[in-house]
Amino acid sequence: MNVLVFSGIVFAVSALAGFVGSLTGLGGGVVVTPVLTLALGVDIHYAIGASLVSVIATSSGAAAAYVREGYSNIRVGMFLEVATTIGAVVGAWLMATVPVEALAVVFGVVLLYSAWLALKAPKRSEAREADPLASRLKLNGSYPGPEGAVTYLVTRVKTGFGLMFGAGMLSGLLGIGSGAMKVIAMDRVMLIPFKVSTTTSNFMIGVTAAASVGIYLGKGYIAPGLAMPVMLGVLAGSLAGARHLMGAKTRVLRRIFAAVIAVLAMEMIYNGVTGGLK
Amino acid sequence: MTDRRLESIIGTLLRVGVSLAASVVLGGGIWYLAAHGMSPVDYRHFHAAPRGFGSPGSLSGPEAAIQLGLLILIATPVARVIFSLVGFALERDRAYVAIALVVLAVLAYSIGSAWW
Repeated sequence: MNVLVFSGIVFAVSALAGFVGSLTGLGGGVVVTPVLTLALGVDIHYAIGASLVSVIATSSGAAAAYVREGYSNIRVGMFLEVATTIGAVVGAWLMATVPVEALAVVFGVVLLYSAWLALKAPKRSEAREADPLASRLKLNGSYPGPEGAVTYLVTRVKTGFGLMFGAGMLSGLLGIGSGAMKVIAMDRVMLIPFKVSTTTSNFMIGVTAAASVGIYLGKGYIAPGLAMPVMLGVLAGSLAGARHLMGAKTRVLRRIFAAVIAVLAMEMIYNGVTGGLK
Repeated sequence: MTDRRLESIIGTLLRVGVSLAASVVLGGGIWYLAAHGMSPVDYRHFHAAPRGFGSPGSLSGPEAAIQLGLLILIATPVARVIFSLVGFALERDRAYVAIALVVLAVLAYSIGSAWW
């Protein structure tokens, strides 16, 4: 295969990754990494580098639209980023002492359970009472619905913050999977509307990825010739995804989200069992 | 300064950053494909060579152009945190200035510790 054909294939796969990633708040790595390693025979190091580039491209590409349209809650994002970024640093420190393979398997099982859970909308989908802490931090907000702005309240801020710390730590330890934990914590624990949860996760994953990209760039994980079609494809896909969010039904988005984290879960278990993680 | 206005500024910032990064990568990509389009693909084996910052001379012209575009892309989320910090300062929202400062400090720590 020559570089031209290879770049074309990678561009197409990345466009799909960006589309799915921007709608689910998961970034594009879930799709990009297995296709590059399993189907195209790319070394895992380059695939990890490419996946990181795809996360930042999805995040910034779609966030431009989501923030302007008023979906992403920038205060929730900023506040929770404190937990995820510190968690990521702690995770990187722990890398040498934690059995990463076993952790990947455990996390995979947790994700499989979450995928099943995500299919069902929470019984009480909206919080009736705001957490006093949420009011003090001005986390309650509104987002554009089919019939004008829909306001929402945020609950269990401390638990959500703690889970975000865990999400950051896992992303520092395992390299991927932080978007899934972010969406689940906001949707399930803090009872933030699904579209706000996914777009705020999408807004946050760029910062989490930027925090670790320096390490990978310095070690030569990011091959420019490979990153080029990944970035351009993901951007095209994420812009298309952002255009579809408004009209998309939450029920459909939940299904796509569940399917993607189920795939992610199997990837984690596979990597854990085969020892494919760094 | 209101939250709505801050959102619009951050949205514009992200759009400009991403467009700029994409144009540079696209330019470098066309150049790269023109030069290497017919060569065989080689990503099967990892060459742990320090690239970019450590040794800018190790990259060919088109690869260096793509790398520059990638750096602009990586800078957009960081710039977003800095802009939010300024925005919250203009809103005189002390709690969020502190929050943004913590995020920025952790980012600086993890990016900095990777390079030095």
